[in-house]
Amino acid sequence: MTQSVVVQVGQCGNQVGCRFWDLALREHAAVNKKGIYDEALSSFFRNVDTRSGGDSPDIYKGKICSLKARVRQSIKALLIDMEEGVVNEILQGPLRDVFDSKQLITDVSGSGNNCTFHIFRAVGHKLYGCRYRENIVEKLRKTAEHCDCLQCFFIIHSMGGGTGSGLGTFVLNLLEDEFPEVYRFVTSVYPSGEDDVITSPYNSVLAMRELNEHADCVLPIENESLFDIVNKIHQMTSSGKLGSTVKQNSLVTSSANSTKAVQEKPFDAMNNIVANLLLNLTSSARFEGSLNMDLNEISMNLVPFPRLHYLVSSLTPLYTLADVNVPSRKLDQMFSDAFSRDHQLIQADPKHSLYLACALLVRGNVQVSDLRRNIERLKPSLHFVSWNQEGWKTGLCSVPPVGHSHSLLALANNTCVKPTFIELKDRFMKLYKKKAHLHHYLHIDGMEQSCFAEAVSSLSDLIEEYNELDATKNEPRTDPPRLKIAV
Amino acid sequence: MSIVTVQLGQCGNQIGQEVFNAVCADVRGTHGLCSKKENESYRDACKERFFREEESEVPVARAVLVDMEPKVISQTLSIAARSGCWKYDDRSHFCQKQGSGNNWANGYSVHGPRHKEAIMNLVQKEAEKCDRLGGFFTIMSMAGGTGSGLGAFVTRCLRDAFPTSFILNHVIWPYGTGEVIVQNYNSVLTLSHLYQSSDALLVHENDVIHKICAQLMNIKQISFRDVNQVIAHQLGSVFQPSYTAEGGSRYSRNPLGDLMETLVPHPEFKMLGLRNIPQMPENSLAYSTFSWPGLLKHLRQMLIANAQMEEGIDWQVRPPRPGFSIPSSHPTNKPLHFNTSIANLVILRGKDTHSVDLGKKEKHTYIHQYTKFGIEEEDFLDSFTALEQVISSYTLL
Repeated sequence: MTQSVVVQVGQCGNQVGCRFWDLALREHAAVNKKGIYDEALSSFFRNVDTRSGGDSPDIYKGKICSLKARVRQSIKALLIDMEEGVVNEILQGPLRDVFDSKQLITDVSGSGNNCTFHIFRAVGHKLYGCRYRENIVEKLRKTAEHCDCLQCFFIIHSMGGGTGSGLGTFVLNLLEDEFPEVYRFVTSVYPSGEDDVITSPYNSVLAMRELNEHADCVLPIENESLFDIVNKIHQMTSSGKLGSTVKQNSLVTSSANSTKAVQEKPFDAMNNIVANLLLNLTSSARFEGSLNMDLNEISMNLVPFPRLHYLVSSLTPLYTLADVNVPSRKLDQMFSDAFSRDHQLIQADPKHSLYLACALLVRGNVQVSDLRRNIERLKPSLHFVSWNQEGWKTGLCSVPPVGHSHSLLALANNTCVKPTFIELKDRFMKLYKKKAHLHHYLHIDGMEQSCFAEAVSSLSDLIEEYNELDATKNEPRTDPPRLKIAV
Repeated sequence: MSIVTVQLGQCGNQIGQEVFNAVCADVRGTHGLCSKKENESYRDACKERFFREEESEVPVARAVLVDMEPKVISQTLSIAARSGCWKYDDRSHFCQKQGSGNNWANGYSVHGPRHKEAIMNLVQKEAEKCDRLGGFFTIMSMAGGTGSGLGAFVTRCLRDAFPTSFILNHVIWPYGTGEVIVQNYNSVLTLSHLYQSSDALLVHENDVIHKICAQLMNIKQISFRDVNQVIAHQLGSVFQPSYTAEGGSRYSRNPLGDLMETLVPHPEFKMLGLRNIPQMPENSLAYSTFSWPGLLKHLRQMLIANAQMEEGIDWQVRPPRPGFSIPSSHPTNKPLHFNTSIANLVILRGKDTHSVDLGKKEKHTYIHQYTKFGIEEEDFLDSFTALEQVISSYTLL
């Protein structure tokens, strides 16, 4: 069983990460009734027996009781923040037993002080990055050593802030240098138009450059989409009609039955969605199924060209009705939903753009015939690039998520991310033309104007690549000629 | 004569387990159609071919399980052990942790050389435990990374280590609408490599089996398990002991050899297809009666019309025009259906086979199973050998 390490950077990253761990524990608890540390758990958790004061030899046979018991698990995670606030809260919360104090890196001052809306990515990247480089590398090495076979790093961060975008991408760089064969999956929260951080366009574009070069796969997330999903669910549950029959713990936004006994915080619902995304992504690697889809397969199949690695994700179902049987028709509905804009985690329109590749990861009691049938059904309405007309990657995992009988995660490599990037670039240019706020960045050692120029040109190149592909959209399919053989 | 099975990748292991299940069920089944002595000799031949006896009474399958990740193998081993009728040898498996990531190059160039010794040791051990080794039967898919890449490498190693043994590769052709995006790369590479080391390639197409499940077996929600069981049934019908034409009272002592002799007259033409009738769900058996003339008529029709099932045969049959040059691409309209077999072998199972009249008055009643083939294939493979240099730059690491 391969292991993955999660690196959560910045306020956003740590909050999402926290929800992820919570829900992961909930999921494993539901599947693993006996409480024995098994292979599935080992992909994200390390079993630590506190009684013997260290790593005991029969580590895999340790019994896990509850989080507060003698034997505790420790998570393969690294929590990084430049402020202590968020991380401290995690350490005092119900998950405190799960994290090891050696897994934290914090600093007191925070990446941006003065005013609350001046958060500088430059500080995160250049200043703190260098200062803490040794520290970070060492902690990463330690965590990696505990892994039998490390396959993937998951980085969770936001693009708009300072720590998440700056330090986060610095860590990405680091990971590529220190662990070149380990995959790097990045979950990035992109800023919306009305973001409260004024310098977020600068931060995002500078971070994009790093993502272009150093990430294997990026899952962009937009707060607006998450917000829409939360609203939709809220409407469903409080409309009264179906409210009483929705299973609470099935909501993709809920933390029900997890360890959180305290009041839910406002972003929790949205963060839960992202956490669920990560859980579904890794489900086939953790649990058995009739057609496994590992993380290296995702990267291999969905990234035809190294720089075009931005995947649009959508999750269904968002909730389950408690006492309704699920006939086959409902299953088909799930597949249709996955391709509807309501279920996407990013504001984009894949149906009218070009698909380079698409992956469907199904969990639960779904069989290959259902999958086939739905692919046949949905294919005509989707535009695939001419050289990859059958560009589907499928995976079947037998274990459904908590509260559902089946679920579907769709990942699409589609040119519809182009508008998002164009908008980002526009917002950047608006500030850059006037050189607004630039001096704050240039004060930092190692940061120069050329960094900005390079970053924006990297983004432009990316947009251009997508443009080229889009141009081929309506061309008729021409098969290259077959080789002729002298008979 | 024993056959050693090598199961590669998720697909190979899942199918292999169903094959052994089917064979075991056959051995234990009581038919009452033949005399007791015949039944016993059949059972013994069958057991010797696929299983070996150990101190524990449960027969142990002659198989080596290979995969680059542990989940499937542990599942396969435990399901087999739970059945109570047979099991795998606990030591005859090899797995790693990472998987091959659907990357042929990873399977062939990285995992292959790295684990060659370990895997070949296991195969050697199984081969030594056979009294008479009849050959190797490998099961793999072409779309994934391990089955295809590592499978091609292992086949080459088998050929090097056992130059005089027969090697039959069973490959699964992926769904046309895609189950892995790079399946086309993986498939082409696999085929071109297997062609060099293997004696014959037996192909099963996912699409076809799926149709069989849907239309003939009437399964509503087809799972991979159903698909695998159909494949296992078909394979069983080929590999179970059968009399040869010469000795009417002895089971073939060289099953793979006989197959190869009949079906692969020329080393250029190695691809085999399989047609099996009747295919129907267990519960309908009680309501159907079969007669040899009926079955044979269906089989002949399937052959002429190049169909895979006895229902829904497309009767637009057109033989190629004489002087037809090698087609450079498939015509976009209906492909031509005609009998393009090079050699056919028919295996009949059941009672009263001696009364079957196949309409061929030949001395060698080498009754032939259907080999579906098109000149296309040879052309295709040749061409990609050249293209391969280009593709090899796609190697990981």
